[in-house]
Amino acid sequence: MSKHSEVLPKPTLTDDAAAALGRAGFSRRSFLVGAGALIVSFSMKGALQTAAAQGPFEGGTAGSPPLNQLDSWIAIAADGGVTAFTGKAELGQGISTAQIQLVAEELCVPFHRVNLTYCDTAITPDQGITSGSQSHPTNFNQKNLAQAAATAREALFELASKRLSVPADQLIAADGVISAKSDPSKKVGYGELVGGKKFEIKLDPNVKRKPASEWTVLGTPARRPDLPALVTGQFEFVHNVRLPGMLHGRVVRPPVVGATVVNVDESSVQGLPGAVKVVVKKNFVGVVAEKPWQAIQAASKLKVTWSAGTGLPSHADFYNYLRTQQPTRDTLLVSSKDVDEKLAQAATVLKATYYYPNQMHGSMGTSCAVADVQGDKATLYSPTQGVWPVRGSASILLGLKPENVHVIFRRGSGCYGLNAADTVTYDAALLSQALGKPVRVQLTRKEEMAWGENYGFAFVMDERAGLDAQGNIVSWDHESWSANLGNRPGYTTPGNVITGTLAGFSPEPFMARSPAPEPRAYTNNSNGVPSYVAGNVGGKAQGSGTVKSERSLTHNIPSPLFTAPLRSPARLQNTFAHECFMDELAARAKADPVAFRLRHLSDERLIDVVKEAAALANWEARPSPKPQSRRTGIASGRGFSCVAYEGENGWAAMVAEVEVNQDTGKVAVKRIFFSNDSGPISNPDGLRNQIEGGALQGMSRAMLEEVTWDDQKVTSVDWESYHTLPLGFDVPEIKVKLINRPDENATGAGETAITLVAAAIGNAIFDATGARIRQVPFTPERVKAALSQTLSRV
Amino acid sequence: MSAINLKVNGKVHAVDVDPTTPLLYVLSDDLALNGPKFGCGLGQCGACTVIVKGQAIRSCITPVKSVEGAEITTLEGLGTIEKPHPLQQAFIEEQATQCGFCINGVIMTAKAFLDKNPKATEQEIQQAMSGVLCRCFTHVRMLRAIYLYREGRFRDGRARDAAARAGRTREEAAK
Repeated sequence: MSKHSEVLPKPTLTDDAAAALGRAGFSRRSFLVGAGALIVSFSMKGALQTAAAQGPFEGGTAGSPPLNQLDSWIAIAADGGVTAFTGKAELGQGISTAQIQLVAEELCVPFHRVNLTYCDTAITPDQGITSGSQSHPTNFNQKNLAQAAATAREALFELASKRLSVPADQLIAADGVISAKSDPSKKVGYGELVGGKKFEIKLDPNVKRKPASEWTVLGTPARRPDLPALVTGQFEFVHNVRLPGMLHGRVVRPPVVGATVVNVDESSVQGLPGAVKVVVKKNFVGVVAEKPWQAIQAASKLKVTWSAGTGLPSHADFYNYLRTQQPTRDTLLVSSKDVDEKLAQAATVLKATYYYPNQMHGSMGTSCAVADVQGDKATLYSPTQGVWPVRGSASILLGLKPENVHVIFRRGSGCYGLNAADTVTYDAALLSQALGKPVRVQLTRKEEMAWGENYGFAFVMDERAGLDAQGNIVSWDHESWSANLGNRPGYTTPGNVITGTLAGFSPEPFMARSPAPEPRAYTNNSNGVPSYVAGNVGGKAQGSGTVKSERSLTHNIPSPLFTAPLRSPARLQNTFAHECFMDELAARAKADPVAFRLRHLSDERLIDVVKEAAALANWEARPSPKPQSRRTGIASGRGFSCVAYEGENGWAAMVAEVEVNQDTGKVAVKRIFFSNDSGPISNPDGLRNQIEGGALQGMSRAMLEEVTWDDQKVTSVDWESYHTLPLGFDVPEIKVKLINRPDENATGAGETAITLVAAAIGNAIFDATGARIRQVPFTPERVKAALSQTLSRV
Repeated sequence: MSAINLKVNGKVHAVDVDPTTPLLYVLSDDLALNGPKFGCGLGQCGACTVIVKGQAIRSCITPVKSVEGAEITTLEGLGTIEKPHPLQQAFIEEQATQCGFCINGVIMTAKAFLDKNPKATEQEIQQAMSGVLCRCFTHVRMLRAIYLYREGRFRDGRARDAAARAGRTREEAAK
């Protein structure tokens, strides 16, 4: 949020990093800069230092403040103010608010006394990527930030005990002051105890956390501290980083997939206003000018001769392509080896295939980064989800030592996974390195959508199951095909995103493997295993269901387009197939979809969310489809879905109520009901915000979104060709039931809701009309096609 | 390049730019304003919206020369962190934001529309907002904030009254 009032000589802390340390009680002049590695030290035994100064590495990657040292996480200023350092970034999901609550709670200080500093490789610990519904479990359970805050509290109590000559168990803390229970006049503030000094202790793995029954800050609906600046236009996004002497860069991407640079005619931009410079590195091409509009015009006028492209497989036939490519990389998640036998004995066998397209992160703002690369040192202002990984991968891209690359997170537009944040960071870094000056790059809308981001995965999923004469599931077989190219770059693989590849690096290699090895340990991280099977690996049932005959087999092939995690990656796709198919099985068994689910579930937390969602929606127990529905006009119906997210990282269930216009195929979602269990609730309002957003983002993805391409290039390149639900559509009513489990571990909370939406809507369309739609997005054309199939069956 | 006088949030700025430059770049780069955002550059998403002569316009496709001398209001011109505009206050009260990148377009579009149509129905508001995108899909809260502002709940810029709080959300009933 702060403006850059001055720029310090490099390598050093940025103003913001310095300000953060200043708030923690340390003065800027106490920073010493060493040769090579950035060494931060303090004349008064300061709070933080980097690996170069501190001996053996004990957590995070080399260079990171060690994860097991309290001073890596918490600093107390002379005035008693608390600064917490975390590696989990605020992307708009609200995690910074919840982390402030956590620290305030464990340290017994008011919310506003905690300053949270996150994701700056000069000062915050390496916690990898902020993704995968991992921030809540990582920082709110017995480790990392939560353990650090509790360790700090215990350390303060010990210090206070000595200072006041009162046993620690006779002390009480409130508002940053520790006092004797029997004599409140005996008291001492945190600032007096440690203000400005290091704790110099390790995190205590056995430290006692404050029980949820005593919470006053955690568990209450805290307001987000960033909102006043956001709504008044004062917030500084990465797009608003302005460095003195900063130039503006634009990239020039190939016109078609696989094209390489034949020639760049620099004379084509000679004499244009803005002292235009052209930068070429292998197939990476960019221009830099003094002003953004000058750079845009230069980029459009630069004459680049490209080779022919490598072509793309037919979009219309892509699902068949996924299913038929060889070789594949195969993985067995579960296999009881009796599936064919049990299905042969079953009274009824059902088969269905489900299709899920590539989708975009499609960030609201196009991605932007600002880089300042001078000589052998780089400072990168990046909206990345992982500053430490980018420090590593950008150092490879730039040919610099990682310790000379300083990555500072600045919020970008919401990303929902790997949008173009990392690739645009490389764009800015390459241009800045070529010019030796600070350069800002923001992508165009088309570049963001066709040449910036890594898309969410397309899937083909076969489901096959048998019912016995009583309508019980006796065996379930799941087989899927999906494709990958690239990924998050991690610490070492810049070629995993487009700019890295253009600059000459390779994406991680495809490793064929078939047949799949036998599963050794049970994991349902991808939700490839349906909730209703036993999940038996190594003689131990670890799934959430009762069906013992089970197989889940996945096939992976190289993708023609770059891919990477998009909110609920694979989990959403698999859950769409499993939960629709469960509905098909219930219909065949003429059973109520909720009762049928409960009959095949063993996981108590999943059972609970199912019951809660049904109760919230006043679910009427009856089989689908709805009896006596007409086959013209508006038909209404309801659908159910549920998931144990990643097997054990959040539990949720959903009911969707829809109206289907059977003449036009248009589907209107009228009401949505969610039950959600993410363990102890840290910020109920933040959790609701995530569920509401997940519900509607899930709706948009279920009903509208699909990446499209022709035989050479991506054709969904703006909001006319890639559809999204605008603010003005008829927003459904959303009711949410939060289940609080204060004694359980914190689990993921940002992806549970979105995982359920496509299945619940698909099931509701079936309930309303008897038409089963098995391909996302549910466009009116597809709904009409499904309806006409139903009519022809009647 | 040519000298152009821009009147933004009540102040006159003389800028020396290519007159075909879209207004957004001048606001963001030359005037260093953070409110208007580049979302698409095509007038499709609303992120760049500013109010000119009472009308919400898309500054990413508006040549700067065409608004010379006109009264331009950006998100910064409505209120401040210390004293937000009632509509901005409504968004704070409803916690109607996730990443916040779209918020400029949402608030500025709603402001221009409600200034002209203070008694608009919910359906009319939805219609007015139909060209504005939010990819975090904070729609429920944003629309609620706009409805509550229209009802005058935040007239003095302070927190909503007890009645507004009591009538807060349908979902609360499910708690």
